Amino acid sequence: MKAFWGFVRKEIYHILRDRRTLIVILGIPIVEMLLFGFVLTNEIKKVNIAICDLSNDEITKQIIKKLEGSSYFRVTSYLTNIQNVEAIFKEGKVKEVVVFEPDFSRKLTKENHASIELISDASDANFSNLVVNYTSAIISAYTKELNNTLQGSYRIDPQIRMIYNPNLEGVYFFVPGIIGLILMLISALMTSVSIVREKETGTMEALLVSPLKPFHIIVGKVLPYVLLSLLNATAILLMSYFVFQLPVKGSLFLLMLECLLYILLALSIGILISSSTNSQLIAMMVSLVGLMLPTILLSGFIFPIENMPRILQWLCSILPPKYFIIIIKGIMIKGVGLQYIWFETLMLILFTLLFLGLAIKKFKVRLV
Amino acid sequence: MYRVTNLFKKYNQVAALSNISFEVYPNELLGFIGPDGSGKTTLFRILATLLLPDSGEVKFMNYDVVDDFQKIRRYLGYMPGRFSLYADLTVEENLNFFATIYGTSVKENYDLIAEIYSQLEPFRTRPAGKLSGGMKQKLALCCALIHRPTVLILDEPTTGVDAVSRKEFWMLLRKLKQRGVTILVSTPYMDEASLCDRIVLMQKGKIMSTDVPERLIASYPVKLYAAFGDNTYVIKSAISSLPECQMAYLSGRKVHFTMKPSHHPREIAEHLTKLGIENFRIEPIAPTVEDYFIYRMINE
Repeated sequence: MKAFWGFVRKEIYHILRDRRTLIVILGIPIVEMLLFGFVLTNEIKKVNIAICDLSNDEITKQIIKKLEGSSYFRVTSYLTNIQNVEAIFKEGKVKEVVVFEPDFSRKLTKENHASIELISDASDANFSNLVVNYTSAIISAYTKELNNTLQGSYRIDPQIRMIYNPNLEGVYFFVPGIIGLILMLISALMTSVSIVREKETGTMEALLVSPLKPFHIIVGKVLPYVLLSLLNATAILLMSYFVFQLPVKGSLFLLMLECLLYILLALSIGILISSSTNSQLIAMMVSLVGLMLPTILLSGFIFPIENMPRILQWLCSILPPKYFIIIIKGIMIKGVGLQYIWFETLMLILFTLLFLGLAIKKFKVRLV
Repeated sequence: MYRVTNLFKKYNQVAALSNISFEVYPNELLGFIGPDGSGKTTLFRILATLLLPDSGEVKFMNYDVVDDFQKIRRYLGYMPGRFSLYADLTVEENLNFFATIYGTSVKENYDLIAEIYSQLEPFRTRPAGKLSGGMKQKLALCCALIHRPTVLILDEPTTGVDAVSRKEFWMLLRKLKQRGVTILVSTPYMDEASLCDRIVLMQKGKIMSTDVPERLIASYPVKLYAAFGDNTYVIKSAISSLPECQMAYLSGRKVHFTMKPSHHPREIAEHLTKLGIENFRIEPIAPTVEDYFIYRMINE
């Protein structure tokens, strides 16, 4: 046991001595949170829009004035024909076209409701989501105003149409994705590289001839990184709370426990990678390409799994990050308990056991 | 200590060791001498339980290197050919680390390494990666010794180390031997052979001979001569082109050569004079292990 702690102490020295890597490890979550947070910002300014007013009456003019009056939009062109919408989007001059149906005022006063169609260029999904939300907000504020002054119960329905990417899903909740990404990256990448480094520098030879058991070597390698990863998870949660006002709705304890499970999973993948190669470069490439990309692309972090082709959906189901992101979203945003996410948790446990088993089986007590 | 019988090892169809048999006696300093690629490292890794032999048997005391590797590892002090300490840990931390993973402490076995470590003491807090080559080897030796091993296996410890440090290192090994440690050491330098109790000459994965260095030299079968001169390259090519010469090679700043039976070196001298070479001198010389090695290599 003393030998084991001696080993852990050595690992901690390695981590602390390599200042640059340590700063990167601790800095990544913060930088990434800020990047994602402010790139996916909900602030828009002076967005070019077009108006297609097929009614051209008092109320539509007022709504247009409201839109122009806000600091968010600038009306750059007026269309007279609905057919021109496609063309103006293709030119890329505007992000949104607001279409008022014919006889807008009459319909509103006689039938109590009228429609405005909001067509937006959703090839830039997040942005178009924001633009549409802002427009809707302005319209509904105007409706309220109208109802107050005229003592009526008018309703203006914004009909939203996203073109080029119809099933737009909110990417709002990037925090779960970042947690999944960072934990996978730090845990798997760092352990695999640190084990392979020992092989590359020849120190593994010295460790192998010692009475240290493979189990001790592996756990000793992994333990400091578990702590480091938990530190990262905490940093992300704190930032999401204080910088982005995103509270954890569910149990914080359960959340940390699930994080720990996911960290163990990532670590066992890292160990497995390290036992399959002798070069730090290969270990790094496999960790980055093999783990980071699936975590970003095939987990529902950025692209909704429901929109993927069937084959990719299956692929997502055999990759662990998907389950972790479902769990995290469940706990943080919906505030659910274990009874709603037991299946995903079970899947993570199974993955962990599988990879850990493979890793221990593949760890060699000899060279080559 | 070790008994090796009919050991074979192949890497991808290429024989690294073939039919190796030898014995290591307790408390001897056994040198394994041979050029790069002669199989020394492979052999040492098998002895250190780091590689599996293809066939043959290797026993350490009564343990088998394949089945009882865990038990053997407690008795072993192994120093791999490459510098294998942690470059980012200090001298002291490296030593402490190797002591703890063997379940002992530096204090407990300090007497064994005291002499070597005292030279490292001034650099205690320096990262191991920033030591000089000779110092690195001394630290590696300390780390391999800190758990008081019964047998010490050193894979080319003096390669890449300057001549003075090499000599010093061998002195340390002699002293360790006096303290009862059995030492197996490999080296590509023939001149280090005379510092061993016994030597195993290796060539292309085979053992050429195993004996006390003096006896190997004594078994040199013919008379050896040396030619001194201004331009040894010219002398060497002149001598080797003569029909009376059996073999000739450069050794340091002189040419070593042997004669075919019933010829005398006087004939060589006459030829050299005829070829217009002046200022040379031919003397009989006592062979060294290197001469023995070359003789065996050429005549086999």
